[in-house]
Amino acid sequence: MKEWLAGQKALFVLNFINDDRWRYLTDGLVLTLEITFFALILGLTIGIIIAIIRATHDNAYETMSPGPGKVILKLLNIVSKVYLTVIRGTPVVVQLLIMYYIIFATSNNKIIVAVLAFGINSGAYVAEIVRSGIMSIDKGQMEAGRSLGFNYVQTMTGIIIPQAFKNVLPALANEFITLLKETSVSGYIALQDLTKGAYIIIGRTYSAFMPLIAIALIYLILVMFFTWLVGRLERRLRSSDH
Amino acid sequence: MTTENNVLIEVKDLEKHFKKSTVKALNGVDVKINKGDVVVVIGPSGSGKSTFLRCLNLLEVPTGGHIWFEGQEITDKKNNINKMRQKMGMVFQSFNLFPHKSVRENITMAPVKLGIMKKEEANRRAEELLQRVGLPDKIDAYPNNLSGGQKQRIAIVRALAMNPDVMLFDEPTSALDPEMIGEVLDVMKELARDGMTMVVVTHEMGFAKEVATRVIFMEDGRILAENTPREFFENPENERLRSFLSKVL
Repeated sequence: MKEWLAGQKALFVLNFINDDRWRYLTDGLVLTLEITFFALILGLTIGIIIAIIRATHDNAYETMSPGPGKVILKLLNIVSKVYLTVIRGTPVVVQLLIMYYIIFATSNNKIIVAVLAFGINSGAYVAEIVRSGIMSIDKGQMEAGRSLGFNYVQTMTGIIIPQAFKNVLPALANEFITLLKETSVSGYIALQDLTKGAYIIIGRTYSAFMPLIAIALIYLILVMFFTWLVGRLERRLRSSDH
Repeated sequence: MTTENNVLIEVKDLEKHFKKSTVKALNGVDVKINKGDVVVVIGPSGSGKSTFLRCLNLLEVPTGGHIWFEGQEITDKKNNINKMRQKMGMVFQSFNLFPHKSVRENITMAPVKLGIMKKEEANRRAEELLQRVGLPDKIDAYPNNLSGGQKQRIAIVRALAMNPDVMLFDEPTSALDPEMIGEVLDVMKELARDGMTMVVVTHEMGFAKEVATRVIFMEDGRILAENTPREFFENPENERLRSFLSKVL
């Protein structure tokens, strides 16, 4: 037993203490959080815009009077559908690699490439989540807003989206957690995120157990923390229901 | 185009043909509504009375005909419908309060966001109106904690907060428990007494008799009879109206 403990201690020192190897993990964690955060903002922005386009098209296209507005809506809807199909139909790693090696072949700001790739990917899933939220709101809400004199966009942003957002918060939280974990493929474009950090340590020490378990724990704790945070937010938003 | 001073809403040849339907929901409706009028629209279900009301503020877009409100043509796309709706309050059968906002926010949101009142002014107006409908203590409640009758009274206040020139009521008591209908009708009666122009789609014949200045009977997308409540109920000329009244009275 004593020997085993001593062995574990030696492994710990080798993997994390020697040459300050723990810094691969902390630096990697910071980068993972950075990419996740900005990709989340980008994904939410894209997702909400696409959701509004799709929901508007589904709700109002039939009854719209002919004109340039109708044509533009049709085009936007087609673009949105293509975007959703392509993004949801291909693996995120492939999207990341295409972004890095093809679209941004001349740029070497990898962080921005990763944020764009993950953000655009997440946006597709957020769009469908938010759209289902918008569809779940009674159409009387839109009518009430319009009857007071709000225009379509004011009613959407002031009345429909806040309620839709509340309804889909659990699904959005799930998407956020998925995003956080998906950034672990950032290593494919040589970004040193949390997972890549562990990988580098393994390359130096030829010992896989501790670095892998360490990052697994870190991901797990992060996810548990954010789940708790979203739970609190949900309870606060629900205050109007009791 | 009309310029008579006291005409608030004029409707000409109004038609509405829903895409998937074979019959016209509205088939040539002509009405003039003067300032101060309380027009009650009755008729069997499917007669087009709600569609007619919803066309007045363009929640339903007519497929034919014209509507003027305060001399401006609502059905003309060049006119700003959002501006015109600010002057047309609407009350729905299912209340449609905003559940994520408090009663105060429900009432003050539109006047403040649309730049009609400052926040303090809107707050004062909300308090004053809530006082009038007997719900001053509900200002910080959320809609989900209110009874149907309370919700509808607050929906009326929300529309009134915009200082509209006309109030449209789309079956305002149809979703209420019987014992709550009275409290909503009382608010509407008081409004009528204060001179508010109202168009009311309802099944409440008592309300029509008591406060209407005119009663309209609709069937199959047309107006079959239109008269003062006295004449309307006591001497119905139209055969179809007679049989309708015999069933509902």
